[in-house]
Amino acid sequence: MSTNFILIAAIVLGAIALISAVILYFVSKAFKVIEDPRIDEVAQRLPGANCGGCGFAGCRNLAEEIVKRESLEGLGCPAGGNSVSEEIANYLGLKADQSEPKIAVLRCNGSCENAPAKSSYDSALTCEFAATIFAGESACAFGCLGYSDCVKACKFDAIHIDETTNLPVVDEEKCVACGACAKACPRKLIEMRNKEKKGRRVYVACRNTEKGAVAKKNCTVACIGCGKCAKVCAFDAITIENNLAYIDFTKCKLCRKCVTECPTHAIHECHFPPKAEKPVEQQVETEIVNN
Amino acid sequence: MITFKKGGVHPAENKFAKQYSIEYFPLTKQATILLNQHMGVPAVVQVQKGDKVKVGQLIGKGEAFISANVHSPFSGTVAKIDQAVDISGYKREAVVIDVEGDEWLDTIDKSEEIKKEITLSKQEIIDRIKECGIVGLGGACFPTHVKYMVPPDKKVDYLIINAAECEPYITADHRMMLEKTEECMVGIQALLVASGAPVALIGIENNKKDAIEKMSQVAQQYPNIKVCPVKTKYPQGAEKQLIQALINRRVPNGKLPIEVGVIANNITTAYSVYEAVQKNKPLIETTMTVTGKKLEKPHNFRVRIGTPLNEILQSIDFPENTGKIISGGPMMGKAIAEVNTFVSKGMSSLLLMDESESKRDRVYPCLRCGKCIGVCPMGLQPYILQAFSELKRYEDCESYGIMNCIECGSCQYGCPSFRPLLDYIRTGKAKTGLMIRNRKK
Repeated sequence: MSTNFILIAAIVLGAIALISAVILYFVSKAFKVIEDPRIDEVAQRLPGANCGGCGFAGCRNLAEEIVKRESLEGLGCPAGGNSVSEEIANYLGLKADQSEPKIAVLRCNGSCENAPAKSSYDSALTCEFAATIFAGESACAFGCLGYSDCVKACKFDAIHIDETTNLPVVDEEKCVACGACAKACPRKLIEMRNKEKKGRRVYVACRNTEKGAVAKKNCTVACIGCGKCAKVCAFDAITIENNLAYIDFTKCKLCRKCVTECPTHAIHECHFPPKAEKPVEQQVETEIVNN
Repeated sequence: MITFKKGGVHPAENKFAKQYSIEYFPLTKQATILLNQHMGVPAVVQVQKGDKVKVGQLIGKGEAFISANVHSPFSGTVAKIDQAVDISGYKREAVVIDVEGDEWLDTIDKSEEIKKEITLSKQEIIDRIKECGIVGLGGACFPTHVKYMVPPDKKVDYLIINAAECEPYITADHRMMLEKTEECMVGIQALLVASGAPVALIGIENNKKDAIEKMSQVAQQYPNIKVCPVKTKYPQGAEKQLIQALINRRVPNGKLPIEVGVIANNITTAYSVYEAVQKNKPLIETTMTVTGKKLEKPHNFRVRIGTPLNEILQSIDFPENTGKIISGGPMMGKAIAEVNTFVSKGMSSLLLMDESESKRDRVYPCLRCGKCIGVCPMGLQPYILQAFSELKRYEDCESYGIMNCIECGSCQYGCPSFRPLLDYIRTGKAKTGLMIRNRKK
C-alpha cells in the first residue's frame, strides 16, 4: 500500500519535471540573450568590491563598458591598479593606460589642538547633516568636521578617525584610491594624489580660502595665502588662489623648500627621512638626481 | 475646539514671558546687517563704504524672483561691506554701519498715531510690501509679496492670519496682539485688499485667553475679520495644519496654500504690513522673546535688525551654566553656533537652555513602537524616513513622501529611544529635493 503511494508520487513529480524541462529548454532557446562572453572574463579579473571608484555602479558595469568600447583608454580600476589593467589588456589584446598609483590625502590639519572647539555638537553624527547646520565645532567653515562620513564610505577599511586629533587617517596599505571618501566629504577635503616614490608626498593641508588673519583665528595651522611657498618653488608647482596655496603633484619634485618656508606649517611632508644635518640646498639637489 | 486632524504633541508651554510688555531695545554703536535674511537669493548690496545712510534707506535690493529688499535700521556711515557670521557660523555678505544719531528718511511717518484708513489700491499695497522688504515673520522668512502674486486662474477665498504661536516659550506674537491690536487689524485690512479675499480668519491657540479676548473685541469693528480660537496643540501654527483646522481644506502634496484658495500670513507680518502700508516704514525691527527656565526676568524686545546678539545677551541677567542658546523655539529653532552674530528679520526668540537640559540623551536603536507615526501631523513614517536618509536611499525617501515633511520635530520629541529622527530627515529631504530638481532639468 505505502510503496504504491511512493511510486505514484515519484511518477507524478518525475512527469512534471520532464515537462518543465522540455518547456524550459525551448523557452531558453527562443529568448536567448546573446552576451559577449568576454564580459564575464573581464569581470572576473576585476577585484569585485563594487566600490564605484571607476565611475561606474559596479565592477560588471565597468567590464561591460570596456568590452563595448574595445579600448582601455580612460577606463581603469583604481582599486586594482595597473596590474589589473594589464591583465585585462593582455586578455583582450589591448593597450593598458599606465596610471600613477594614487592615495587619498586629507587636506586639513584642524586637530583638536590646532583648531580648538568653540561650540559642541551632539546631534546626528554625520558630516553631511552637520555641514548644513553649522560651520563646525572649531568654527572653521572649511575644515574637517570629524563625524566620519569618509569612514562609513570606505569599503576597504582604509580610513579611521584618530582619537587624539579627531581627524581621519588613511591606512596607506589598504587605501586603493577609489575616491569614495572624497565623494562622501561635504567639505571636499580629501584629494587623490600620486603615491610617489616611497610614499613621499608634499601637500597643503588646508582648504580655507578666507583672508589670512581670519583663517588663523580659528586654526593655528591654516594656510594664510601669503605666497611664500609659491615664490620659493623652483618648479612652478604652487599656485595661490583665493588666499589658498595648492601644490600641483604632477609638477612637484618633492624638494620640500616650501615646507620649511611655510610660516604656519600648513604644508605637510610625509615619509621623508628625518631632516638630515645637510643644508637644505644640497638635499634638494640629491633629491632631484634621485628622481 | 477646532484643530488639525492627524498627530500632534503637547509639549510644556513654558510661556514665561507672556506677562512682560514689549521693551524697545536701545540703539547699538555698530550694526551689521546681513544680506540674506530671507528665503531665496541674497539681496544685492546698494551702498558703498563711506556712504551716509538714514533709517529706512535701501541698502540691499532683492533682484531675483524670490528675494527681499534690505533696509538700513540705523543712521550713520557705512564702515565696510564685509563677511559676517550668521547663527550657523558660516560667513555671509553684510553691511557694517557705524551708528550716528537716529535720523529717519523724511518719507517715513514716525508718529505713534494709528492710521486706519487704507488709501492704496491692491497693486500699490503689493508693491509697497515688496519695496519695504516684508518677509514672513513666522520663522521661514519667505518674501511676503511673492505670496500675493496670485496666478490669474486662482481666487483667494480666505486670508488666514497665523497667530497660533504653538512653539513653547515664544511670546512675541502674543505680546504684539495685546499691545498693537489696532495696528494688526489695519494690517490685516491691507492684506485683505491685497489678496482680494472677502474674509480673514485669525487662528489663536486657546492658551492665550487675553489675546483672544482683546482681538475679538477689536475685531467687532471689522465685519470681515473673524477671530477663531484653536486647540493648544503643536504644530497648530504650521501653515497646512492651521488651514485644515480653520476651514477644513487640505493643501495637496507639494503645493502652496493658494491651490485651495488660501493665503496665510503671520500676525507680526500683518503688523509689519501695517507699518509699511500706512507709515511707509520698511521692515527694520523684529519682536524677540528672550527667555529660559533659569532666567529671572524674561523679556520681549522690539529690536532693530543688525543689533549684535552679544549686546542683547549682556543686557539681560545672563544665567550661569547656560549650555545652549536657541534662535527660535525649542521644537524648530536652531541652536546658535556662534554668538558673535546679529539680529536678522525672522529671529523671534532667544531661548537660553541650562547646561543640564541642553545635552541630548544617549541614542538607542529603534523599538518600532510607532510613536513617531502617531504624532506625525503629515501622516508620514518618520522612523523609516530616518533609516532611508541614513542609508542614502533617496528614491525610497521620495516614495515614502519625505517631501511632505514640515520639519516640525514632533517625531523626535516623543521618541523613547531619543533617536535624531528630524536631523536625518532634514538631510534626506534636502538631498531628495535636489535629486528631484536635477531630474526635471
